[in-house]
Amino acid sequence: MHRHSLTKALFVFPCVFAITMVILIPFFLGLYFSMTDWNGVSDSIKFVGFTNFEKILAQPGFIYSFLISVAYTVINVVLVNVVGFALALIVTSNLRFRNFYRAGFFVPYLIGGIVLGYIWQFLFNNSIPALGKILSIDALQTSMLSLSDSVIWAMSIVNTWQYAGYVMLIFIAAIQSVPSSVMEAAKVDGAGYFKRVFTILIPMMANSFTITLFLTLTTSFKQFDMNLTLTNGGPAARFLGQPVMASQLLAMDIFNTAKANRMAEAQAKAVILFVALVVVSLVQVSINKRKEVEQ
Amino acid sequence: MTRSRRAWSILGEILVVLLFALFMIPFVMVIINSAKTSKDIIFDALSLPSNWGQLFMNIGLIFSNHTVHYANAFLDSALITFFSLVVIVLFSSMCAWALVRTHKAWAMVIFFAFVAVMVIPFQVLMFPLVRWMRILGDFLHFRLLQSIPGMIFAYLGFGSPLSVFIFHGFIKNIPYELEESATIDGCSEARTFFEIVFPLLQPIIVTVLILNGIWIWNDYLLPLLMLGSNGAIQTIPVAVTAFAGAYLKQWDLILTSTLIAMVPLIVLYLFAQRYIIKGMIEGAIK
Repeated sequence: MHRHSLTKALFVFPCVFAITMVILIPFFLGLYFSMTDWNGVSDSIKFVGFTNFEKILAQPGFIYSFLISVAYTVINVVLVNVVGFALALIVTSNLRFRNFYRAGFFVPYLIGGIVLGYIWQFLFNNSIPALGKILSIDALQTSMLSLSDSVIWAMSIVNTWQYAGYVMLIFIAAIQSVPSSVMEAAKVDGAGYFKRVFTILIPMMANSFTITLFLTLTTSFKQFDMNLTLTNGGPAARFLGQPVMASQLLAMDIFNTAKANRMAEAQAKAVILFVALVVVSLVQVSINKRKEVEQ
Repeated sequence: MTRSRRAWSILGEILVVLLFALFMIPFVMVIINSAKTSKDIIFDALSLPSNWGQLFMNIGLIFSNHTVHYANAFLDSALITFFSLVVIVLFSSMCAWALVRTHKAWAMVIFFAFVAVMVIPFQVLMFPLVRWMRILGDFLHFRLLQSIPGMIFAYLGFGSPLSVFIFHGFIKNIPYELEESATIDGCSEARTFFEIVFPLLQPIIVTVLILNGIWIWNDYLLPLLMLGSNGAIQTIPVAVTAFAGAYLKQWDLILTSTLIAMVPLIVLYLFAQRYIIKGMIEGAIK
């Protein structure tokens, strides 16, 4: 018996060791560094309490990044789920070539944010203005990336394009698990297509919305890769009378703060990102779970 | 009645074809503009290329470039992804099985710790991680930064919480009787796992491979921080940004480099599409 528990301990060890080394220890170091004067250069690190938090909360640039990240998250949670759900309805209908469409809609997810960002930068800055010129539509001739009002929407288009196919796959599984007899019965009773979708299908797949809302919420709020290669934070804008970067989301603000050797401040910003993420996802999951129970 | 329904379904099909075309346009743009010179792109970004041979010229330019070693980046990305997947699948399944079959408090504590760790965003630990990896590497006399084994070790840490969680859910549903008879026959625990349990995991291994494979291949921040932006070892996403940084607005080269980065994934997807879609669906539900 004793030998048995030794084997099991050995089996558990590699993962526990790796997680401790690359996640747990750096995480607690990170919490600690947010309350020090760490600058990434000097080896002497002093404890300074909540000074970094006071400092960053007085920065319009940080407040702006936080608010714009919240706005970006709200836009994307709605867009990705609505588009993903519509795609799922399309590819589970009796359309010809539906499996072909399903495969195609998922491709953007495979590519990865860095590469996608460059591709869409080209589309927004070159292809769409060229199209605008041919069609003589003025609105298309200015790049959405060059205006502080539209840049967040441009990022949201790219993000929706990337994630809608992924969310679609989760919805497909849910739709297929709803017994077709239920939908058929409602059809016989005279319920129209959209009525059937909203009153039967969506309530019966509430569980999958808990998953997709959680995934879209967390990925949007932590967005970095595509942000970097699509806009790199630009263009310039003003907030509370200060110059800020119009599309610099929270993760990029953290990264750029650290690049400027203000490591402790970057760490404090990251702690705020962490806390916000935990609070919002707990609230979201508990609301969704309650809704699931009610139904 | 039937005629109007027929009209509706044709309209629906046309709309879907248009929507699909809209989804694919970015890829079309990459392909046609990768076959143009920089001048041609500025002159006309929408038309088909006049000479498709330019595509191979551009590809040649990228592979022969001296600032960014694209071919090396491919090899490094492939090595890192492959070996990370091997260790993740092996160690996560071992860990999950041991946790499922141990009915003690410590097993529960470790399992819940794995779940809790998943909410920690990378941003909060990435800078301390680099510092810590340097200290740990010095202590162990083993290079963890700027090294492929270091990357693989890090991916084991970042990949195993979700992987253990997925394996755990699957192994719970494997009847214990299968293992019991083997143990009675005098089979050691390790042999029981590798000869009886591990082969049964095959469908869920596909899921774990796909979920982690897509993420590791495309990951940017971890390789950037651990390998550096212009180090001797480079992954594809880091090489693409290095390239775009060095050849600002030279869209012929940048787009061709993105095309080259995409092709392996898309080819793999064409062959393994059924498994990838099934794996993604199962991974998301867990």
